[in-house]
Amino acid sequence: MTESSQTSGDLNTPIEKMTYEQVFSALEAAVTALETEKLSLDEAMLLFERGQTLLRRCLDLLDKAELKVRLLSGDELADFTPQA
Amino acid sequence: MSQLPLFPPAAMTVAELTRYLRELLESDYTLRDLWVQGEISNFSRPSSGHVYFTLKDSSASLRCVMWRNAAMRQARMPAEGEAVEVHGFISIYEVSGQYQLYADVIRPVGEGLLFQEFLRLKARLEAEGLFDPERKRPLPRWPERIGVVTSPSGAAIRDILNTLGRRYPLAEVILAPTPVQGVEAPPGIISALQELNRRVKPDVILVARGGGSLEDLWAFNDEGVVRAIAASLAPVITGIGHETDFTLSDFAADLRAPTPTAAAELATPNQADLRADLTEQILRLVRAAGTTLDAQRWVLNSLKNRLSLISPQSRLRSDRQRLDEFIHRSETALAHCMEMEHTRLNSLSQYLESLNPMAVLQRGFAIVAREDGQRVYSTSQVKPGDFLTIRVSDGDFSAEAN
Repeated sequence: MTESSQTSGDLNTPIEKMTYEQVFSALEAAVTALETEKLSLDEAMLLFERGQTLLRRCLDLLDKAELKVRLLSGDELADFTPQA
Repeated sequence: MSQLPLFPPAAMTVAELTRYLRELLESDYTLRDLWVQGEISNFSRPSSGHVYFTLKDSSASLRCVMWRNAAMRQARMPAEGEAVEVHGFISIYEVSGQYQLYADVIRPVGEGLLFQEFLRLKARLEAEGLFDPERKRPLPRWPERIGVVTSPSGAAIRDILNTLGRRYPLAEVILAPTPVQGVEAPPGIISALQELNRRVKPDVILVARGGGSLEDLWAFNDEGVVRAIAASLAPVITGIGHETDFTLSDFAADLRAPTPTAAAELATPNQADLRADLTEQILRLVRAAGTTLDAQRWVLNSLKNRLSLISPQSRLRSDRQRLDEFIHRSETALAHCMEMEHTRLNSLSQYLESLNPMAVLQRGFAIVAREDGQRVYSTSQVKPGDFLTIRVSDGDFSAEAN
């Protein structure tokens, strides 16, 4: 487990810095809160908007994701392209 | 020289003899289940799928046949000249009268010994607790960094990268290249595992190799490799060889996958599932927001109703209604007054009409006036010879008094 995945759903982390897992659990938390908590309309709307933003971010991450492959060699990580 | 008996026993037919021999061989305990060692020659596999070959050593040869079903179960076929051990039973092919080995397993020479060694090492490591189920660690649901220990040029890395790219392109893959067979393989695999754990700290490590003979996969039964897998900080998934291949590395791993592709699949969620999860979240989000909005609307609505009951607007409305009533009542009253007035005026005008002197004239009366314009009411006002004006209903004329 990496350190970052333990702080998933932290409201203070900007969305752009979050991993997919963090964005998704933040989304889940927002949805659950919206479903179960008694919220004022303002809070509910804020949460809904946040949910939408998180959703878009998730889809964006999935759509744009491209597997990064690196090679552990010598002292650093080199780019790796597998032979066809 | 003994004489031929007078009535010699009837001769056996060839078929009878051959069947007799066949039954003899097939009932022999040793020949029913044996391993034979030799070199492969005259190997042939016609389109029927059955496999024919001869097993030879320096001084003898043995015809062998392996039926198609058994041949298909064979991980790999031996090459011409290869030293092998063949398992099966001895019987006779009656058509040619040829005894032969009906084979079901072929393995390279020495594999039997390797297997003994494998079992010994397995028992030792097992007793040490290296394979205990309690040692198995949970795998991360969504690994960010995936370490891969395999050859950079084999089919395994290609399969793994294809699978990861398709299922979970969010991940970063760090390949720790190492030979996966031969003498360099065990130290290479051990150092790849250690380097990954020390420098990259991946969320999960795949240890993989494509299919091969038991000997090819032997590096993964190396005690050092097995211990390195057990000692890995990151959980390890093995995908070594094919479905049927089991290595000691598999026992030490946190999870054993039947192939490299399967290892990549077990390590990652499928993005199709992720998208389905997202769709579900969208639905829940919209539903929850809708519910909140509906509830809010309901509250708002009842507030609106209460508000409209107590609002100045509503008092205004009732005032307005009273006003309307006043207006209506006053209008009615006014109309009534008007009517009364009308009636009064009517009678008044009739009265006035009755006072109109013209009406009197019409009835035949006349108004008499003197020249000076004074009306004549009495005879005393007139002397004979006075000129009088006589006014009747439609005009006047003069007259002289006498």
